[in-house]
Amino acid sequence: MSLSSLLLFAADAGPALPGYTFAGPWILRNVWLLPLIPALSFLAILFFGKRLPFKGAEIGIASVLSILALAIVANIAWFDHRDNYESEKAEDAAGLLLSDEYATVAIDGEPDSLLLSADAGEGGEAAHGSTAVRNEATWFQSGGQEFKVGTLVDGQAVMMLFVVTFISTLVHVFSTEYVAGDRRYTHYFAFLSLFTASMLLLVVSASTIQFITAWELVGVCSFALIGHWWEEKPNSDAALKAFLTNRVGDIGLLVGMIILFFSAGQTFDIVKINTMALAGEIPQRNLTIAALCLMAAVMSKSGQFILHTWLPDAMAGPTPVSALIHAATMVVAGVYMIARLYGVFFVGFSIEGSPVNPMALIGMFTLIFAGLLAFVQDDIKKVLAYSTVSQLGYMVMALGVGAWTAGMFHLFTHAFFKAGLFLGAGSVAHSVHSFDMKKDMGGMRKFMPTTYKTFIICTLALVGIFPFAGFWSKDEILVGTGGWGLFGGTGGNGNYTLMLIGGIFGAALTGAYMTRVIYLTFFGEFRHVAHHDDHAVDHGHADDAHDAHANHDPHEHGPAITIPLILLAGFATLIGLVNLPPGFITGNLESWQERFFHFYEPSAAAYFPAIAHGTPSYTLAIFASVVGLLGVGLAYFYYFVLVDRKSKAMGESLTELPNGPTSKFGILKAGHTLLVEKYYLDHLYTDVIAGGTKGPLAKAVYWFNQNVLDATVDGVGRTSVIAGKAVYEHIDQTVIDGAVNLSGVVSSETGAGLRKTQNGKIQQYAAYLFAGATLLAGVLIFVI
Amino acid sequence: MNYDNDWFLSVLTFTPLVGALVMMLIPKADEALHKAIALAVSGGLFLFGTFYMLTEFDFDNSGAMQFNFDTNWINVINSRYIVGVDGMALPLILLTLLVVPLCVIYSWDHFPEPANPKAFLILILILETGMIGTFVAEDLILFFVFFEVVLLPMFFMIAVWGGPDRRYASLKFFLFTLFGSALMILAFLSLFFLAEDPSGVALRTFDIQALTEWGGANLTRSAGLLIFGGMFMGFGIKVPMFPFHTWLPDAHTQAPTVGSVILAAVLLKLGTYGFIRIAIPILPQAAVEWAPWIGLLAVIGIIYGALGCLAQTDMKRLIAFSSVSHMGFVMLGIATLTTFGINAAVFGMVAHGLITGILFFVAGSVKDRYHTLEIERLGGLLLQAPRMGWILGFATMASLGLPGLAGFWGEFPAILSAYNPANGVSETIFRTYMVIAAVGTVLAAGYLLWLLQRTAFGEPSEEFANDPEIVDASRFEYVAWAPMLVLIVVLGIFPNLIFKTSDPAVEKSLHPCLSAEGEEFIALDCPAVFGVEVAGG
Repeated sequence: MSLSSLLLFAADAGPALPGYTFAGPWILRNVWLLPLIPALSFLAILFFGKRLPFKGAEIGIASVLSILALAIVANIAWFDHRDNYESEKAEDAAGLLLSDEYATVAIDGEPDSLLLSADAGEGGEAAHGSTAVRNEATWFQSGGQEFKVGTLVDGQAVMMLFVVTFISTLVHVFSTEYVAGDRRYTHYFAFLSLFTASMLLLVVSASTIQFITAWELVGVCSFALIGHWWEEKPNSDAALKAFLTNRVGDIGLLVGMIILFFSAGQTFDIVKINTMALAGEIPQRNLTIAALCLMAAVMSKSGQFILHTWLPDAMAGPTPVSALIHAATMVVAGVYMIARLYGVFFVGFSIEGSPVNPMALIGMFTLIFAGLLAFVQDDIKKVLAYSTVSQLGYMVMALGVGAWTAGMFHLFTHAFFKAGLFLGAGSVAHSVHSFDMKKDMGGMRKFMPTTYKTFIICTLALVGIFPFAGFWSKDEILVGTGGWGLFGGTGGNGNYTLMLIGGIFGAALTGAYMTRVIYLTFFGEFRHVAHHDDHAVDHGHADDAHDAHANHDPHEHGPAITIPLILLAGFATLIGLVNLPPGFITGNLESWQERFFHFYEPSAAAYFPAIAHGTPSYTLAIFASVVGLLGVGLAYFYYFVLVDRKSKAMGESLTELPNGPTSKFGILKAGHTLLVEKYYLDHLYTDVIAGGTKGPLAKAVYWFNQNVLDATVDGVGRTSVIAGKAVYEHIDQTVIDGAVNLSGVVSSETGAGLRKTQNGKIQQYAAYLFAGATLLAGVLIFVI
Repeated sequence: MNYDNDWFLSVLTFTPLVGALVMMLIPKADEALHKAIALAVSGGLFLFGTFYMLTEFDFDNSGAMQFNFDTNWINVINSRYIVGVDGMALPLILLTLLVVPLCVIYSWDHFPEPANPKAFLILILILETGMIGTFVAEDLILFFVFFEVVLLPMFFMIAVWGGPDRRYASLKFFLFTLFGSALMILAFLSLFFLAEDPSGVALRTFDIQALTEWGGANLTRSAGLLIFGGMFMGFGIKVPMFPFHTWLPDAHTQAPTVGSVILAAVLLKLGTYGFIRIAIPILPQAAVEWAPWIGLLAVIGIIYGALGCLAQTDMKRLIAFSSVSHMGFVMLGIATLTTFGINAAVFGMVAHGLITGILFFVAGSVKDRYHTLEIERLGGLLLQAPRMGWILGFATMASLGLPGLAGFWGEFPAILSAYNPANGVSETIFRTYMVIAAVGTVLAAGYLLWLLQRTAFGEPSEEFANDPEIVDASRFEYVAWAPMLVLIVVLGIFPNLIFKTSDPAVEKSLHPCLSAEGEEFIALDCPAVFGVEVAGG
């Protein structure tokens, strides 16, 4: 890079703020390729897909494989950049030649000191911060000011790039068999591509307005894919519900981003907003209001109470879509946004040093209340959906208590095991042509051994059993609450004891409802045959192309379905090891600790708060595990012992005890009803709010329009017409006909005959109008 | 500045009229020739006009009036023939140039009853002259004349080619607009008589630029407010703003498809253009005092229009009501009196023109096939005419302001600008408007998606399930729609195509006191009405 181009670049880029650079490895500066490739793939599939031998799936898979490769390269490049960027800069400072790669806008001495500020958690590692890599171009201008579109790549972004591309790849492969023969196979793959593009755009967004754009685009893809089988009304209803609920949250998104825009001196720049928020340059009040507004968006997108109701309904979409969009990636967009604007939330909610704040509270309520709802679902996907809501609650709670890395780590591990669970459920449903565990499943372990094993592994990860992935991330969240002072663990950012209790309780719930799912699906006897007549009614559409052989015994599927399952199970087993807590291993292996934290947390960057990190505690880990296992044990006792025994005694495959506790005790019965009715939130939204707006309110407004406003206008009009009938007829009969004649038109309907051109009348009309107006003007002047 | 191109705007304006005159001389029976001439004139004008403007227009200087031509016209009232174009008018002129040939193409093989392509096409060409003329006029009387020229052809179009209730609808449209026009010309004349330069000499001019420079300096407060009110009526009815919107649903519902498209795409913009070209630049002080009221009517329009949509049972009427809501966003942007807001308004005008244009096109094509637009009887469009269904889905997404498509750039920046309106305009009030407008986006999604669900999703109703007339979009329809669809995407991805052009012009049109802060504000010695309400950051 020559000096002149360097200067040009510098002039274009403006002064660098600490924590980011406009230089860096090529791939990190050009991550815009990642959204671009699937976007092009979307267009290619849409316009040419149907003509191709594999109906467009090949384009989708090619594109997603290529971006997976790019994402991996980006991660590797990031690891190098993360560790070595500062030393390159040091050389720079020492007056050595700039290497091409790091030829950059020099960051002067002062920001350096910021960058080098304390980095408590790293325990002696190279004590320098993370430096994000940016790139930008002008998007639009207003008021003489230019607004940028660009990419912001740091650990958070590259981590997410990998998650999205990886899960997307597996889902693409899985789908080739799962939706084979679907009536809109090509469109399905087109929208998978568009979704991937939108999600990647969201991940690399450097500005809030770009973030909003991607946020809405993923919403549309979600809408299109939930409503994939729009012939049936319930599906299009679910799609609409998803979109509209998200739109409600988007009010908060728009207003929150607008407040931040003006608070940070008219900028959409995420880094600048964060930096200013953390530097105390934005009034606390603005930050708090903005953070509350943005929380509404998080609640809708990431399914937090009370705007979560669309997510279980979204299961109307094809199952691979549920795995990709409604479990692993899109629904974590809200969590991702909190992490992206963490400076705003951290200061806005005073996360540091407080015992409670709205975000942590919302997360905690969500993880418990959604966990409870999972118990009364018969549809396996709905259980998983509520489980997703619950796990999203964990993530939000983690961010709410200041445990940024724990929250992101849970997002990371959850993506793999939850995608594995959804695809596993899809695999089962693909065999039995139903999602109903009670009617159409049972004993599946015998028919589908691979699915069974992978499902169990992913469940272990979800429940948080040592050493599966979920154990590590959930434990880290619990540690991060800083509420475990009692047994030697030390605090994080505040004393969030309540969240600790909620989190541990949630683990028990998770264990219990997942045990129920395992029993109902994989144990007992296969119940499908007895209910075969209902088949067409309560089936999803996974079986659209398979109705022909609906009578077959369920069987395991081909590699397109099993390989993704096995890979995800592998990740669910091992991926937790990327962030072993400090002190867990010693000696030569010590450098394997906290890799996730080290590479992905933007520590010591000025746009990221200096958060404290809790110290892990063995007692806490053991205690939480015991509570989780207690949940598993209780459910195990109920299903595997009581229900199983009763089943054998009665000679049929039961799903519940005939006289279970919920039918015996009034209070439990009431609780059960409350859960079955989903806390009546759907009634409130669909019937009261939406119904009220669509029905009475809209009708009242329209009545007003027709009978008050319009009637007034008509009245005035009629009066004038009567008063000026002569004039009116004059115009109508002469001017209009005149003009018609002028054009030589004879319209048989209007019955106008050819006459001589009389264009003089138009001038006459203009003259009247003008004279009248002049007269009125005279009056006006006189009055004034 | 290049003075060799002063002929351009006049050619642009009057070529359609010349085409119309030529067509008058040709017998009615020669339909093919009429179509060919109309297409050649409007299409040729589009190609030539767009090419010429894009190459000759100085985009680095888009704040300045270009292609100026100034000559005597009506000496007795000192009204001059002044035309010019700057970055604010340019996008709207291009929109007009584009929409007209597309309408001609769309009409090609299915003219609405009672057919008569000759008259129909002549009217379209006269309309084009009126619309372009309004956007290039730089003299109030000239502006008024073009503004009125538009009225008659549209009146005929509805009255002759309209639906069953066409007489009522056309008359309502005509009288409503005329009523506004009367007040508007009154306001123009008042300006003529009242404007004085600082030394007390009467200006006696209709020159918009001259009056903008004058800026209402010697007017009393009440005179300014009244004159602005007159213009407000003239432009506001055209927009249309609540509560003067009731002509719109009727006119749209009864108008032939092409009439609806032109009405939505261009005619409504004459009103909003009037605000940003004439009312606000010439009377900034009155604008500041009017702003909260305009903003109020705008946000009422947003919510009210959306609720009106929800109550509709007719697809076309629903789209018509959605215009009330969308133009509410445009007016909200304008009412902030900020560059951000007015830029958004300019963008919103173009975007609304394209998107609502497409929606009306599709509605018209649905009507051609199903012979009804009653939403309850429709359904399954995606199965019967998949491409049309997709286009409808795309258009609804664009209409509800999906980022990445054009509609977003009219909507979000308008909401954004309401957070921080111009000096002298109450922040508290406008921030309330901002939240209400944001709620409007939810309602917009509601009525549009419900429309989509009920018409495009599901299975076709029994009534139409095996109707052989229901076929997918024809070639003419594709050709007419494709450019608009492409533009919706292109503008959505590259918003600077419009923003960069309009921004300097908008900035120039706004009185400096509206945006000045701190010492700059003091230095300008601004009148009290601009009293800075300190920005809350």
